[in-house]
Amino acid sequence: MPFWRGVFYLLIAMGLVLTVVRFSQGLGSVTNLSDSYPWGLWVGFDLLCGVGLAAGGFVITAVVYIFHIERMRPIVRPAIITAFLGYLLVSAALLFDLGRPWNIWHPLILWNPSSVMFEVAWCVMLYSTVLGLEFSGMVFEKLRWKRAVKVQKMISVPLVIAGVVLSTLHQSSLGTMYLIMPGKLHALWYTPLLPLLFLVSAVSVGLAMVIIESKLSARSLGMSLEVPLLRTIGRALVGVLGLFGFLRVYDLLDRGMLAEAFSFSYESCLFLVEFGLGVVLPMALLLIPKIRMSTRGLYAGALLAVMGFVVNRLNVSLTGFETAQGGHYIPSWAEVAITMMFVALGFAAFRFIAKHFPVYAEHGTTPPSEVPSVLPADIEEPVAANGVKTTWERTFLDLPDEAGRL
Amino acid sequence: MEAGKQHAILFDLTRCSACGECVGACMEKQGFEGDYEQVKDLSATSYTACRNVVAPDDEEYGLRNLCRHCVEPTCASVCPVTALEKTPEGPVVYDASKCMGCRYCMTACPFNIPRYEWDSPMPEVRKCDMCHDRLAKGEVTACADACPNEATVCGTRDELIADARERFKEDPDDYHHHIYGEHEIGGTNVMFISPFPAETLLGYKPELGTKPLSERTWRVLSKIPNIAIFAGATMGALWWLTARRDEVRAHEAAKRLGVDPKHNGQARQ
Ligand code: SF4
Ligand code: SF4
Repeated sequence: MPFWRGVFYLLIAMGLVLTVVRFSQGLGSVTNLSDSYPWGLWVGFDLLCGVGLAAGGFVITAVVYIFHIERMRPIVRPAIITAFLGYLLVSAALLFDLGRPWNIWHPLILWNPSSVMFEVAWCVMLYSTVLGLEFSGMVFEKLRWKRAVKVQKMISVPLVIAGVVLSTLHQSSLGTMYLIMPGKLHALWYTPLLPLLFLVSAVSVGLAMVIIESKLSARSLGMSLEVPLLRTIGRALVGVLGLFGFLRVYDLLDRGMLAEAFSFSYESCLFLVEFGLGVVLPMALLLIPKIRMSTRGLYAGALLAVMGFVVNRLNVSLTGFETAQGGHYIPSWAEVAITMMFVALGFAAFRFIAKHFPVYAEHGTTPPSEVPSVLPADIEEPVAANGVKTTWERTFLDLPDEAGRL
Repeated sequence: MEAGKQHAILFDLTRCSACGECVGACMEKQGFEGDYEQVKDLSATSYTACRNVVAPDDEEYGLRNLCRHCVEPTCASVCPVTALEKTPEGPVVYDASKCMGCRYCMTACPFNIPRYEWDSPMPEVRKCDMCHDRLAKGEVTACADACPNEATVCGTRDELIADARERFKEDPDDYHHHIYGEHEIGGTNVMFISPFPAETLLGYKPELGTKPLSERTWRVLSKIPNIAIFAGATMGALWWLTARRDEVRAHEAAKRLGVDPKHNGQARQ
């Protein structure tokens, strides 16, 4: 695709020039940051959204390794790679945002346990290591290092558990970061529930991203996931979005903010966009069987959920401060361009890895010796034969029958 | 050192004429170039600023802005690398060699005090350091020294609170009887007294409360060890349970179908 290739090289070239300006002239030369808005797009999008969008890694590994839902295994590798790349990109973007990036390692030696950022720094460092080790399995396979593959498989469950714990901690802590700003962050977003809301929305967007990635890799690499599998993920997405919506509304009610939410003030409109387009609409779409059954419908629902998530994070980090801080912050074109460079790098890196490493190896082409001795289909056969499914299976597994019908 | 014995500053709006002498003295002390009369707001090269404010009864007063040197500073609590620290003597000071430039201190400070060197490739956070070097020598701060009206005075926190109460008693009609910074967010070492209610004007917004802001994040952070252990144990237990369930089910299914479960999967291929 020469067009996208052109766009890609253009973004990289522009990004490189801006990188030189950024590091030689300071943050003010390329950004619209100011003393009233010390955090901008790079924190609101690159960091807050980036970490959330990479949450699929811990969600899917947990589903397969901890809950033993073997049907999901084909997604494990793409999810790990996306997460690993996501965290690498977030760290790189952070180097641009930090005023003194050469001190980025200081949390290792200068400890301040009362700082949420200190905790986030440690969790992100440790989790990136976990993701690196999870990814290493694919590298070892490529290199045919049999012993290393074996060792890596042995530690995979402890790794996944560590990943879940670390992710729970830092995904929620990104929300905790804002608990110290009462009176600055607008009350529609400032709530003691922020940590929980951040965690739940990270899980939902992690699932949504799996659907979107499958669609994208189908387009550019000719590889995609089975439709029934995507439907199952769509169903789980509805569940998590529902939980998020419930918590959000419950919290507004609890704090007596519901009237404010519908007052059609500046903030209220932002909230309605975020909640209506990002939570209610995708849920409604995915609950309509006809839409959920179509790949397009699934994709649309997932895309809306991701957009709602991004708007939410930007509201918490940027627009929610406008009333208290006065004025507006609108990112400069250079800030946007550098962010786009990272997005482009992410796409390119994923493509490269998917082409050269056994990413989709566990999908369809698995050698017989590697197939787990018990396939869930076998297990469920006697039950499915008389058409009875437990609620658990209907909700979370959505086991299709032989014809792939749900 | 106990907060009451720490160095502190009391600022009295009724005495201030917004002449700007404190701004000039501060800039000179810190070695900043520029015309102090042009200073409208805090910046990376002016740690204090003063202006006229109009009271509800249309009287004009002077008001200066500067770091509050909070008793439990929010900025120091959020800094991941202890670049900002509360000294035992009272001033909250910054060490650029530790700082990584995340600017969390700026977003977290409830009074919007810290400023940044946006145009430098090696930027520093800039804010008032309460002339801690002068205080250590037994002198008062440059601003207190320069003020012709004693609107800014130095002393220990206890002394200044007593002094403020004294002024309320002597001229009860001239003041709104509240010392801003005595209790808000755990107290501040720079305190204000005003002829009219001025919580919003001075940045002591009611929603901040009287507890240090760091308590709001510490409530969550202190639970982390428990969350980690709980999440880890739950995941471990679920891993074992679901594996066991599958094993049992496979065994039963195999029995019913009369197949050896060990070869079940491969037989399918
Ligand atoms: S006023 Fe702001 S910068 Fe000054 S000590 Fe308090 S929190 Fe820190
Ligand atoms: S900008 Fe520097 S001083 Fe401020 S919180 Fe970050 S590391 Fe600490």
